[in-house]
Order: sequence, then structure tokens, then C-alpha cells
Amino acid sequence: MSKRELNIFKLLSQKPWESSQATIDNAHDGKTLGLSKANLGVRTIMVVSTVIFSLFVVSYSDRMLVHDWKSLSEPWLLLINTVILIFTSLVFHKTKILSDQNKFEKAKNGLLLVGFLTFAFITGQLLVWQHYVNLGQYASTNPANAFFYLFTALHGLHVLGGLFFWGRATTKLFQNNYSVTKIKQAIRLCSVYWHFMIIVWIVLFGLMIAT
Amino acid sequence: MSEEYTNNKIETKAVDSSSGSYAPPIEKVPAKEAPEQELYHAKSFWTKWVFSQDAKVIGVQYGLTATAIGLIGLVLSWGMRLQLGFPETFSFLGPATYYQSVTMHGMIMVIYLLTALFLGGFGNYLIPLMVGARDMVFPYVNMVSYWMFLVAVLVFISSFFVPGGPTGAGWTLYPPQAILPGTPGSEYGIVLMLISLSLFVIGFTMGGLNYVITVLQARTRGMTLMRMPLTVWGIFTATVLALLAFPALLVACIMMTLDSLLGTSFFMPDIFTMGEKLKTGGGSPILFQHLFWFFGHPEVYIVALPAFGIVSDLISVHARKNIFGCRMMVWAIVIIGALSFVVWAHHMYVSGMNPYFGFFFATTTLIIAVPTAIKVYNWVLTLWRGNIHLTIPMLFALGFIVTFVNGGITGLFLGNVIIDIPLSDTYFVVAHFHMVMGIAPLMVVFGAIYHWYPLITGRHLNQTLGKIHFWVTFVGAYAIYFPMHYLGFIGVPRRYFEMYDSPYMTSGVGLNQFITVAALIVGFTQILFLYNIFTSWYKGEKSERNPWKANSLEWHTPDYPPTHGNFGKELPVVYRWPYDFSVPGSDKEYIPQNVPPSQVPTAKVEIT
Repeated sequence: MSKRELNIFKLLSQKPWESSQATIDNAHDGKTLGLSKANLGVRTIMVVSTVIFSLFVVSYSDRMLVHDWKSLSEPWLLLINTVILIFTSLVFHKTKILSDQNKFEKAKNGLLLVGFLTFAFITGQLLVWQHYVNLGQYASTNPANAFFYLFTALHGLHVLGGLFFWGRATTKLFQNNYSVTKIKQAIRLCSVYWHFMIIVWIVLFGLMIAT
Repeated sequence: MSEEYTNNKIETKAVDSSSGSYAPPIEKVPAKEAPEQELYHAKSFWTKWVFSQDAKVIGVQYGLTATAIGLIGLVLSWGMRLQLGFPETFSFLGPATYYQSVTMHGMIMVIYLLTALFLGGFGNYLIPLMVGARDMVFPYVNMVSYWMFLVAVLVFISSFFVPGGPTGAGWTLYPPQAILPGTPGSEYGIVLMLISLSLFVIGFTMGGLNYVITVLQARTRGMTLMRMPLTVWGIFTATVLALLAFPALLVACIMMTLDSLLGTSFFMPDIFTMGEKLKTGGGSPILFQHLFWFFGHPEVYIVALPAFGIVSDLISVHARKNIFGCRMMVWAIVIIGALSFVVWAHHMYVSGMNPYFGFFFATTTLIIAVPTAIKVYNWVLTLWRGNIHLTIPMLFALGFIVTFVNGGITGLFLGNVIIDIPLSDTYFVVAHFHMVMGIAPLMVVFGAIYHWYPLITGRHLNQTLGKIHFWVTFVGAYAIYFPMHYLGFIGVPRRYFEMYDSPYMTSGVGLNQFITVAALIVGFTQILFLYNIFTSWYKGEKSERNPWKANSLEWHTPDYPPTHGNFGKELPVVYRWPYDFSVPGSDKEYIPQNVPPSQVPTAKVEIT
């Protein structure tokens, strides 16, 4: 039985009480998807985050139609941060390839670089905040500002959450206290999450630039 | 994931060799795919019972915390009822306190009691046991989930003690009034409420992650999705709904917190007060309503779907009959879950939407009646010619069916825009939602507690107290909510602190007094029930193993009640669905899920 190819409609139309189905079912190993639980966990988290950010985008689109909306002029620093984040994502991708090839010594450097760049990104975002605060552009000044602070803060929190798991993987790798399959999976999933973060940022940043 | 694909091959072989013959020698157990989960073994009292990573303990912790906060909700409702029934005699509630009671009562009951009890309580306790897993897939995250919930509850309670008291904005917390002076608790109470809700959502997401992935990936061998008990289906689908719906609440909470603390205007429209325009303005309160109800309507089904699932199992076990249309029941659960995301605006018919919008949402709302009705018919058809044992769980299950039909039918009234508009904001609405999402799920909660209490403690609850509990609750609930429908018809508005000498209250005064007396009696009976739970824990009649003769795995653990790791050395292997009761040709009255076909050679296939 190729249970992992079942689509949901086929799955829901099984008749568990029939003996022909029972023969198939008895050999079932109890897994629905061919994914590890960590992989599925990260995917679920990304789905939930996508819902959150989508609802914010909807709120943004609704709110910007009102007359009091005054768009922010984005400083060049924000562009640099975006480039940093894209670069981080690329480095992480490279690191993932290295770890998949069991080249963990090189992957260590990659992970360190990722960490450095990510912290640089967060610092950059805080500098942008400082820039706006110095200009007197507070969250309460205009709804566009409020959304800007909200988006950057939430995105930043998500990145920090990713850094927590990055930290765990990196520590394990440097202490040589890991099983090869697990550390590979950790690096792979972290890199996926970083790609997710860059997509979210580009959507949010694009939305703020475009309007 | 290469190791998984190689295993896949082995498994395919196993199937190929066994397929073809009609009654194969199924004793051949499929190869175990993944290595067994590494469990955290608690050493000290603290890690075993307090910071526990065992889903069973976490389930009980969730249950007790939810019950404790639910008790506060119950007491608040007494205060409101005394005010409504006897405004002159009991005048200890002022208008502000009354609104705070309304708000806190609603929020406690919907979120902190029912959601936490069904998903956190029953979900944690039952999912691993029923699907044949040793524990949830991420036990540590599961523990953090409970502690987040506890912190959320504590923050919630702390709002009673801040200046201005808790928020009095109604459980829907509509802005702008929720954060403007004039509403009780508009300064600190509302902020604490929003923070508490946000914490709840974050904590729940951690738990929900566990429930979903455990159901999908950690089932035992032979346990296909369609062989899972309907309880697990209900909890699973509800968790998926919650994972997709709670973000809307989180988004709304975050933006309103900022409106309240930083003076942003996400939801604050232009407002003039004392002849001056407020600094905030331009925001859209309707946007909040959309966000809130995009969470709020699925929330109804987050509470209802586990109840549907659990009651199906109760009825099947206590009527000794397989559930009628099992597949249909699963489909109905899934369809109701999917539809619940496209009906939210039926809570907003009077908010000034485009009328065509209302037309769309009325249509989708009425479509939900179809799968819901299928479920009700299937419960009734399961009872038809069943060997009905009128045990206490069965009584509560029957009470649920009647109450749910009742509340569902008034829902059809309110789902239609044109009938909803005159009935909106009257006691008819209060009666409707208390029937359908208050009393009906609570009936299931009670039935489920009487059903699974022996599994948790190894003792039965006191039967006499149980019968009294059921009859007073059941009859009392109707004594409370039937008159409310009438109050709604004569136009008594909800949320009013006092009706004074309003002309339409002439026939309502006596009714209100009657409702209050009934509510007090029903409320005290729940305390009797809690007394029963706590005394039976050590004094109750010892229960033999599997007292209800059920088939699902939780009753067939090597230790009874189940201990750490659930299933001893070997995980069970599942050979059938959980509804093999009175199977024709079998010499056994029931065949548990882990009994291989060779032990029941004469059993025939039941035609369903």
C-alpha cells in the first residue's frame, strides 16, 4: 500500500470495517505522512505564522484606505537590512548543502556566519526604529507608522525564535554532542525557516514600499 | 529521510504477501518503522506531578485548572442572576460590576473552561492513549503549553485586583468602547485581558502542535486514520480549526493592546468627547469585529467538534452498537470544520454590513445545518434497536442530543438575517447560545467525566450523586433557558443591568425570578458534582478493568489505570475499528481494537 500517496478524499472514503480494507490497514505503520515530527512541527508553525501575517496584511490593506493614512518614507538602511537577510538565507542554504554532504567543519563556519548576519539584521532593524524615533515618527503618529513598528517587531520576534533553535543546533555541533541524522535535520529545518522569514519580510516590506 | 523510504519498501512487501487471500494470517505484525520514542522518565515528585511531561498528568492539570476558573465563572453568573431576578432585594452588584461579571463569565466559560477542558484536558489525556502512543510527540512543549495556560489564567484573575477592576466590555471586547473611559476596566482590566488571551493563544499553539502531529504521525501500527475513535477525530479537527482561528484573536488582541497602550488607532474611529476630538481616529471597529468573529465562529466548533466526537463514542459504547454511518460522522466533522471558516459574519448582521454580504453568510450558515443534522440522525439511528444501558454517561449523552437539537433549531432562526434582526441582542440569543454551546457541550463534558473517571482514578464516581447531578442539571437547564426564549420574543434586551418598569417586562418579572431560582439550584448541583469527584478519588467504589466493556485502546493498557509510557513494553497492534460491538457470528459481545482476527475466527463483517 502506498499510503503516502493517498489523497484526503481516498483516505476519508476507506471502509475500516470491510475485511479487504482490514488486510491493508493491518499493515499500516501508523504514520500519515512521510515526514519526521520535527519537520511537520516546523511546517505547522509556518502555517500558523502565515495565517497571522496574512491577517495583518488584510488589516493593513483595510486601514490604508482611510484618509488619514500617511506613508512612511523608508530609509536606505531598511534596504541594506533586506539585502543582509537575503544574504543570510543564501549562506544558510549553502550551509545546509555542506551539512548534507557531512562536511560539518565547514558547516560550523556557515552557521556562525548565519548567526552573525542575523544579529546584524536585528541590530539594523533596531537602528531603523531609532532613526524613526529621532524623526519624531512614533507608533501613534500615523497608522502607517503603527503598522511599520508592528510588522518589524513581529518579524523580528519570529527571527529571534528561529535564532533560539539555531543556537541549539550550533551549540550541539560545536560541543560535538550530536547524532548525524538529527543535526542534519536541525540544520535543514532551520534553513527552511530562514527562507520562510525572508519571504515574509519581502512580502511585508514590499507592501510597505508599494503603498 | 532516506531511512523512512527504505522502511517503506519493507512495509510494501509485507502487504503484498498478505493481500489476495480473503482471511489472511494477519498475525504477521508489520515491521516497526521508527524507533520508539525516547520518553522523559521523571525522577522526583516535582517532575512527576508538577512539571510533568506526561500527557496524562498534563491533561488532569488542564482539567483541574479549567474547573477552578470555571467555578469563578459559575459564581459570577449567580451574581448576575440575582441582580436580574431580584434587583431590589440583592443590590450588591452595581451596573459596572454587572458588566464586569458578564464579560468575565463569558470569557471564562468559552475560552478558559470549555476550550481548555476539551482540547487541553481530554485531548491530552485521550489522544496518546486512544491512538496507541506512549506520549505526545513533543512532551516538553506540551508541558510548557500547560504552564502558559496557567500563566494566562493567573493574568486573567489578576485583572480582578487592579484599579478599575476587570474589563466590562462584554466577552466580544468590541472597540472603541472597550478602551474608552466609561467602560469599566478600560485602563488596566482590558490590557490584562488582552495579554491573557495572547498568552492563551501562544500556549494553545504549543499544545495544538502536539495534538495534530501526534494524531498524524505517532499512531500505533494498524491504526489508520479511519480506525481512530471519533473522539480523536473530533479533537483533531477542532485543533486544526484552533490553529487556524486563534491567530485572528491574537492579531486582534495585539492591535487593540497597542491602541490601548500606545495610542495607535487601528480600531479607533474619529470620536468626539466633551466637544473635543480624540487624538486617535480613522480606525475601523468593524475590522475588529471581522477579526474577532473570524476567530469566534470557529471557536464555537472548537468546542462543539470534540463534544460531537466524544458523544459518538459514549453512545456507541453504552448502546452496545457500532456507530451508525461512521464514515459519514467523520465527513460531517471535517465538513463542519471547513464550513466554520466561511460563516463568521452571521454574528455581525446588525453591524451595518452590505445586505448582500448578509445573504451570503446566511446561506453558508444554513448549509452547516446539513452535516450537523446528519450527525444528529446518526446518533439517533445508533440508538435505534441498540442495547441501551441507561448509565450516567448515556443519560448525559441523551441529554446532549436533545439539548443540541434544541439549540441548533434556534440557530436556524438566528442564521436568517431577517429573523435575526428583531431577535438580535435579546434574550433569545442568550438562550440560543447557552443551549447550543453551553449546556450541550457541558453535558458531554459531564458524560465524558463519568465515563473516563474510572480510567483516570481506578474508581467509579458515586452513582446516586451522579443521577441527582444529571436530572437536576438536565431539567434545570431547560427551566433556565426555555423561559429565556420567551423573554427574547417579548423583546427583553440582553446586557441590561436592570429593566426597571419597562412595559414589556410585566410578564417577564416572574419569569426572571423563576430563572434565577433555577440557576441557583443547578449551580449548587455542580458543586455536588465536584464534591463527588474529589471524594470518589479515594473513597469511590473500585472499578474493575474496562468497566464499560469498550473497545478503544485506552481501556486495554497493561496497567489499569494506565501508567507512565501508557502501554508497558510493547505498543499494541490494532486490527479493527473501535466499534465492534455485538458482531454477528462472534461469541464475544465486544471485540477490542487490539484483538487479532485469529482470536475471533467466527466474527462476520458488520454491514454498515
